[in-house]
Amino acid sequence: MSLDITGLNAGYDGTPILRDVEFSVDDGEIVGIVGRNGVGKTTLLKAIMGLLEPETGRIRYGGEELTTMGADEHAQLGIGYVPQGRDVFPDLTVRENLLVGESVGRDDETRYEQVYEYFPILEERADQKAGTMSGGQQQMLAIGRALVGDPDLLLVDEPSEGVQPSIVQSITEDLRAISDEFGTTILFVEQNLSVIQGLADRCYAIDHGKIVDELDGDALADRGQLEEYLVV
Amino acid sequence: MTSGLGATGTPTPLVIGDVLGALDSIGVPVPQLLQMADSIAFIILAAIGLTIIFGMMGVINLAHGEFIMMGAYITTLSVNVVGLPLPAAMVLGALGTAAFGAIIERTIVRQLYGRLLDSMIVTFGLGLILTQGTRIIFGNSLQSIGTPFGNVPGYTYSGYRVLLLFAAIAVLIGAYLVFTRTEFGIRARATIQDPETARAMGVDTDRMYTVTFAIGSGLAGLTGALYAPSATIVPSMGQAFLVESFVTVVTGGSTVLLGTTLAGGVLGTIDAIFSNLYGNFIGQIALLVTAIIVIRLLPDGLTGLANTIRDKLGERQ
Repeated sequence: MSLDITGLNAGYDGTPILRDVEFSVDDGEIVGIVGRNGVGKTTLLKAIMGLLEPETGRIRYGGEELTTMGADEHAQLGIGYVPQGRDVFPDLTVRENLLVGESVGRDDETRYEQVYEYFPILEERADQKAGTMSGGQQQMLAIGRALVGDPDLLLVDEPSEGVQPSIVQSITEDLRAISDEFGTTILFVEQNLSVIQGLADRCYAIDHGKIVDELDGDALADRGQLEEYLVV
Repeated sequence: MTSGLGATGTPTPLVIGDVLGALDSIGVPVPQLLQMADSIAFIILAAIGLTIIFGMMGVINLAHGEFIMMGAYITTLSVNVVGLPLPAAMVLGALGTAAFGAIIERTIVRQLYGRLLDSMIVTFGLGLILTQGTRIIFGNSLQSIGTPFGNVPGYTYSGYRVLLLFAAIAVLIGAYLVFTRTEFGIRARATIQDPETARAMGVDTDRMYTVTFAIGSGLAGLTGALYAPSATIVPSMGQAFLVESFVTVVTGGSTVLLGTTLAGGVLGTIDAIFSNLYGNFIGQIALLVTAIIVIRLLPDGLTGLANTIRDKLGERQ
């Protein structure tokens, strides 16, 4: 199922952030949104997830019009979300956090076994309060929570933020492996070059709320070209 | 008049008399113990609905006392007018108040999330409407349905009031199980902690708020239902519960069920001691003084103290 964004404008309290955003993501692809701080990357993911109501424009997923639906309905259509800063439920245990993620997805199928296979620490610490885990472990939990309900599309907001480099590498490899194994489409936003190059099939560059470039193949492998959109 | 649970004057289950007799024989001051149990039960039952609504939704429901009154009225009318057995009437009292709470959440409270002062003013007004509306429709009082079970054998103390302690414990355990062992409870706690992320995980947060408010209202209704056989049924009866419930919320702190349990135990004991020695008026003053001391010394309430102790014990291990 493809994700199609056309003419998307959105912002906060009348302040425009996204301006006529248009792009699409095909079934099974891993697509990155790259750009500097404050250019609208997180706003874009929130709008796609239904956490921010667009002012104009359309968001369609698998042919269904998502533009006026709430975030819970987006999740129930099979869109998983890993928020920036992880946002695990700190006072719930790891097991309880995963249970909350069960509502994601079109059916009652769950992927506990696979989540524990990719992130064994979550099974080992199933009864630990999520707020007491390290940043990397919380990121794994946030990804596991979004995956456990068997989503078709995963939105990931800066998976490297606040996570030590060795764990970032592991999470990047896990996301790639998850997409390969389950055919999960992934749309992520990121500023970390190694994550972008290690994960994305192609990227869109965003600046001042507009998509300004599309990068794939050689362009994606060229650090200098990528840095143009990342360095202030 | 029969109540179904046990007609007025039906003996208190003998086991209670036996247990109290055994305690008496080893020197335990049974009358004081009964009063303490009564105070603890009253405080826990008065507060539980309010603590769930305030602790989990951040709404101070100043109509809480009137929700308790509604449960008592539905129960009393179901017995006196419809002729239902008392247990069925109590269930109806709790469910009726829960349904009323759900309607109020959908129509009024939903517009007031994040507006604490507005929600207090609106629910205060709702309480006035409920009190005066009840007075207009049903008059200044209802005929009592009578207290089942009679006195505890050997004591001039109502056996039904003793059973209310067990009811309070059962309500606490039930609420604990609902909010920690069921999918609804876990999703409700997730919603309270981070509603935006809960929505992004597919949780229908609007429904969670409605159901949580209905549960809190239903527990208020259950409290009214449980006290209906032993209280004077008047439109203003909810006010008697309101002070205790707010003092309990403030003293207990942020952790809903632990706070209610700790505060119920501490405040119930203080109330019983001072009421027994100096009368009910001084007992009420002692409750308020305790709340002031706790707020001054423990800004996070008794649960804050309990969490600090737990963390220190955890560090030592």
